[in-house]
Amino acid sequence: MASDQSREFKIIGTRPIRPDGVEKVTGRARYGADYALPGMLHGKVLRSPYAHARIKSIDVERARRLPGVKAIVTGADFPEVKGVMAQVGELIVNTHYLSLNVMAREKALYDGHAVAAVAAVSKHVAEEALELIEVDYEPLPPVMTAEEAMRPDAPVLLDELRTRLMAHRTDPGSPEGPDRPSNVPGHIRFERGDLAAGFAAADFVVEREFTTAAVHQGYIEPQNALAVYGADGHLTIYCSTQGAFNVRTLTASVLAIPEGGIRVVPAEIGGGFGGKTTIYLEPVAALLSKISGRPVKMVMNRAEVLRATGPTSGIKARVKIGAKRDGKITAAEVWLAYEAGAFPGSPFAPGAMCTLAPYAIENLRIDSFDVVVNRPKVAAYRAPGSPASAFACECVLDELAEQCRIDPVEFRMRNAAHEGTPMPAGPPFKKIGFAETLEAVRRSAHYRTPLGGPYRGRGVASGFWFNGGLQSSATVNIHSDGSVSVVTGSVDIGGTRAAQAMIVAEALGVAVEDVRPVVGDTDSIGHTDVTGGSRTALATGMAVLEAAQDAIAQLTVRAAKLWDKKPNEVKFDGGVFRSLADDGQMITLRQLAGRLARTGGPVVGRATVNAGAVGAVGNAFATVCVDVEVDPDTGKVRILQATIAQDVGRALHPDYVEGQLQGAVAQGVGWALNEEYFYDQKGALRNFGLLDYRMPTCLDLPMIGTILVEVPNPNHPLGVRGVGEVGIVPPMAAVANAIYHAVGVRMFELPMSPSRLLRRMLENRRMAVEEQASAAG
Amino acid sequence: MANKVIVEININGDPVELLCEPRQSLLEVLRDVLELTGSKEGCLTGDCGACTVVIDGRPVCSCLMLGVEAAGKNVATVEGLASGMSLHVLQQKFLEHASLQCGICTPGVLMSAKALLDRNPNPTEAEIRYALAGNLCRCTGYDKIVRAVTDAAAALAGRTHPAHGTVPSETASGMAGEMLAKGEAK
Repeated sequence: MASDQSREFKIIGTRPIRPDGVEKVTGRARYGADYALPGMLHGKVLRSPYAHARIKSIDVERARRLPGVKAIVTGADFPEVKGVMAQVGELIVNTHYLSLNVMAREKALYDGHAVAAVAAVSKHVAEEALELIEVDYEPLPPVMTAEEAMRPDAPVLLDELRTRLMAHRTDPGSPEGPDRPSNVPGHIRFERGDLAAGFAAADFVVEREFTTAAVHQGYIEPQNALAVYGADGHLTIYCSTQGAFNVRTLTASVLAIPEGGIRVVPAEIGGGFGGKTTIYLEPVAALLSKISGRPVKMVMNRAEVLRATGPTSGIKARVKIGAKRDGKITAAEVWLAYEAGAFPGSPFAPGAMCTLAPYAIENLRIDSFDVVVNRPKVAAYRAPGSPASAFACECVLDELAEQCRIDPVEFRMRNAAHEGTPMPAGPPFKKIGFAETLEAVRRSAHYRTPLGGPYRGRGVASGFWFNGGLQSSATVNIHSDGSVSVVTGSVDIGGTRAAQAMIVAEALGVAVEDVRPVVGDTDSIGHTDVTGGSRTALATGMAVLEAAQDAIAQLTVRAAKLWDKKPNEVKFDGGVFRSLADDGQMITLRQLAGRLARTGGPVVGRATVNAGAVGAVGNAFATVCVDVEVDPDTGKVRILQATIAQDVGRALHPDYVEGQLQGAVAQGVGWALNEEYFYDQKGALRNFGLLDYRMPTCLDLPMIGTILVEVPNPNHPLGVRGVGEVGIVPPMAAVANAIYHAVGVRMFELPMSPSRLLRRMLENRRMAVEEQASAAG
Repeated sequence: MANKVIVEININGDPVELLCEPRQSLLEVLRDVLELTGSKEGCLTGDCGACTVVIDGRPVCSCLMLGVEAAGKNVATVEGLASGMSLHVLQQKFLEHASLQCGICTPGVLMSAKALLDRNPNPTEAEIRYALAGNLCRCTGYDKIVRAVTDAAAALAGRTHPAHGTVPSETASGMAGEMLAKGEAK
């Protein structure tokens, strides 16, 4: 599929060494915590030990008297921020709640909620000062799960919340139900066809209930921010973020100052996966800097990351799907409740829009709810919302395939969405490559090789994610020696500099080594949305290509000028400008670059794009096949083999595309098997370290096979779809289905940790023994 | 306040005399006192391995050791891995295999891998995975990391005098391999 189409490219599809590679293997790359400025102070945050408590008073006087303490802030130092629903990149943010999350005011709403912060001459002094701050709390009963929070008699987290029914993701919604406080601020419903008739037509109906645990993005680099408030009122922030412009907009809203007064310099970023699309420390460091008059650096420790930064939602799901004997799905009814954490804004809408999106289903109803609980406010995490709801539905599909006695890949193929199939939310798909991912798995050596041995099983599942469009800017500078620099606003979180350099090199016909990609700050490049939503290679790649084309157009004018011709009499191809007349005039880009001064001055190509709303471009699908072996004595699951086939549209740099797929599967395996938060009865987090919040290690995983399916995206000049997220959607169900085929136990709860699986296996064995006994008796 | 102590450490082959507080970890000393920020802080509890350095041939989480405890020892950090303009073969292979995405775990992974290859020049995949099990990487799924280490070992085997940096390697006899053999015999 791929090879024929990629022949038209010289550089795209190859695997050059990334331009920022040497800095990153030698320890020279500067991440957020590596920045230091003269006279810098260190800030630390005091966090609530209560999951739900009224803050009656905060006394900072003893802390203030500690030598070395230079500034202290509490909620009283922050301006009141009115609730505005701001679309910030792919996020919809309520600025009022963002402000309350950055620093608690009347109430602490989760264990770890910031209540005060100190800046001191060292982090040790700052930590000592935190212990001297006296907070008088009135503890309130915590509400820890969506199920509890939805009960009519549940304690209310935020008095002003009412349930609102939304028609689509960005709709503010209209009131639903009685006008009384609610922990369920959002409800979205997608409905089509006739459910009752659909289920009546089914030969088999499977109805199940699922629970998934909240999981953390697990980036290895904790959040950080270094803020410098100048005497001129200008604020500069250095931080690790997925979007410098996001940080600027959000910080301005929390501090109630103009965006133009803030410059955000994005550092190298040590992982994000969505978790670094919002802000935590930035406004706090800024206020501490304003009070002290000195630069203030704040770096979270791991416990703070786990207690207070966004995980993704745990969910409760009820799924009912019917199918005919031939495997055709006749109806599906899905109910989803997403834990948002302490403030509204879970990915409940995308969760509803993505589940079952891979399938053509005529009769469908999906309800999804946003539910506040006394946990940290969730943040985006790789295909936000889709993995949990897909887990539920893809497990039910496996049961149906078994009842229909149809191979699980074939079952999905018979129901697969194609171009023109309506998505759950209504609009039809453009050209997509879902069926191609199924076919790729079916043809893989992995799937064609039977899996033998006791306690071993194979599972398959699929998933969908929109992929982002949004805004990007790029400039392409032609230097006098023919080298090129390309500046974008997209932070490089996984090799996107390489992709951008390759696009520019391809367009200009120069060597990729001659293109230097640069990540600009908010003052040096036009607005660019987050590195997230699988949008960087896609949308910023579009901007970079157009900027290169703009440079070519300008260079064409210069070549024409040299030869005293009109620009339309000059043609550019493969790095060479040629006269269309029969005079043999030609000049290479490199030669022409040396003559820019004499032909009118420097050439800077520029482009800005709005690549459309999230979901409007680049839809991506993946199918995952996993083999597992279950230890019958402990319930521990070992992953024997894993293969992912994903429609990537076009792989710009296949190594980094494969890397995205492999990383997504690895995170999915952690979500499936180990990762969860343990809260005690009082709502305090007990596993706030990486020993007990157990992410997959090198020993937990096999090599991860990747199949890059290339069905070019018709909405992109290079066919790119974006690749970062969808790979995390299928693995949880694939593992669950594999466990069933290994030991005959259907798992309805994530993670499928050894203790949970062992309990279910023992129940199964006991039931089998009882059945035998009663049969014998 | 006069509670700082003078500590002498050999860092990347150079004798270094420094002043630190007894409560400062080796990681803090490296990063904040010596400005060697290549070693990263991911957890401060020895669980992520981003701060791994090699001390007298053994990989160590520098966040779990006090700076004063490193007195008199040979400490190798990622900054000393390349020699001059030549990258260490592990660094080169990490680039060739695209073994890093965000790169924050890379310094620690490289140092653990170096300690492995110094004591076991021809590791199996299982031995590599065992040796790197203390280094969390959230981006890659480890696939391309394991491939790079395997390839680096092969490249080193093709050389007569492997360039292994400045810290003398310990001659321990493949402890990781022995433990794995037991585990697999189960």
